[in-house]
Amino acid sequence: MATYSTNDFKGGLKIMMDNDPCSIVENEFVRPGKGPAFSRVKYRNLKTGRVIDRTFKSGETVEAADVMETEMSYLYNDGDFWHFMDDETFEQVSGDAIAVGEAAKWLKEQDKCTITLWNGSPLSVAAPNFVELSITDTDPGLKGDTSGGGGKPATLETGAVVRVPLFVQIGEIIKVDTRTGEYSARVKS
Amino acid sequence: MSVLENTSWPPTCSAALLHRRAELYQTIRDFFAQRAVLEVDTPILSNAASCDLNLDSFSTQLTNDALNQRLLYLQTSPEFSMKRLIASGSGCIYQIAKSFRQAESGRFHNPEFTLLEWYRMGFSLADLMQEMLELLSLCFNQNLASITLTYASLFKQQTGINPHETSLTQLLAYAAEQGNPEAAQICGDSLANGLDYVFSQYIQPRLKPELLYFVTDYPACMAMLAKLSEDQPITAKRFEVYFNNLELANGYEELSDAQLQQQRFQEELAEREKQGANKVPMDKNLVAALQHGLPDCAGVALGLDRLLMVISGVYSIDEVLSFPIERA
Repeated sequence: MATYSTNDFKGGLKIMMDNDPCSIVENEFVRPGKGPAFSRVKYRNLKTGRVIDRTFKSGETVEAADVMETEMSYLYNDGDFWHFMDDETFEQVSGDAIAVGEAAKWLKEQDKCTITLWNGSPLSVAAPNFVELSITDTDPGLKGDTSGGGGKPATLETGAVVRVPLFVQIGEIIKVDTRTGEYSARVKS
Repeated sequence: MSVLENTSWPPTCSAALLHRRAELYQTIRDFFAQRAVLEVDTPILSNAASCDLNLDSFSTQLTNDALNQRLLYLQTSPEFSMKRLIASGSGCIYQIAKSFRQAESGRFHNPEFTLLEWYRMGFSLADLMQEMLELLSLCFNQNLASITLTYASLFKQQTGINPHETSLTQLLAYAAEQGNPEAAQICGDSLANGLDYVFSQYIQPRLKPELLYFVTDYPACMAMLAKLSEDQPITAKRFEVYFNNLELANGYEELSDAQLQQQRFQEELAEREKQGANKVPMDKNLVAALQHGLPDCAGVALGLDRLLMVISGVYSIDEVLSFPIERA
């Protein structure tokens, strides 16, 4: 098993802490007065997203986490798992609701996602920054209103609900920013 | 690797900072020239090393011929050789000296760094702190707001703990409460380590950045090469300077008792052996110099790279060094 010493610590390094994969955010070498050297480290638990502060004795070693990011296409959801495929190797992986998280409500077949793999399994899934989805349900709204002020809720084909301007109608395709969950534009078909 | 691919050849510091360093050295040299403090030059290589468990010296081999080899050590500070000059009657001296410490790399550390160290005959710690304030005001080119606090009052104010009466157990419990139960592994069984850990984790980051702090009267267990006070509680005649949450300097009213110095060295060497640290020779020349007689004096070491950092407000020590260790 690969290990890292505190001398190797730097932003982005993936380590195992309390049996969870973590990513180092920040590392600062400290040597107080005439005292013992240590490292003041901030790291993110990649499962929970929590950022933790901890100090490490200088030279202390920790296990490396086998974590990598890769781009994959979303295939389908079988009810329990979301399936993804590497377009080059055709290798497939599947992730549960915890791993897919928020991305689930934006994913449409063939979308390219950034998947963080831990020991080969999806740890987290990031939807593309922008997705194009059709509207399956929304109030008809008032004709002639093009201002979009206030807006109305619209249900998308994936089940996600976003606020859209009043002029947008059922059947139309819109572009959504998945990072904010906000309507971005109407897509001309 | 072709020349074009080598991106590590240029310096990491700007031309402006190269000039700033030159100005700083000039300011320092003028300051001491006016006060008749002599600039000296002592060797970086020594037959002896620092015994301090928390200091790891670089060593190198001196080779006269195949049979005649011995280890020499790069100084961790110029303190020992400067004290030998003082014992020989040099009077007040200063030096801008390259110093070396293994395994110290980071935003505020480079294994090779520059210290300004100076010694004043007959000075009390208060005199030396006043001189430090005058020098720093010149270096910053402005009057600095400063405060002098005892280690105990600062410690109590920030943590509620009296450092003269506390135990390692209490300090580790405090660290655990603050979310650092791992402090126990870092501090081992040393009370001084516990005090240093708590100070650097929970006190130093909470100091007012714009205020120059003189922290005085350290607990006796943190005396290092300082004299002890006669009054209760027994404290070390040592001070540290903090600015912008950074330790800049460490000064002592110098220990002149040869026997006590040798005893402290031996305690440190025993601790090194216990902790499995490499064996190093103690500086017998320093002990002999103290036996000969060290005049009453106070001395201080000021980190010039860090001083440049805070003067110029840069983020990392690399920005004030021409070539930090990765590019050296």
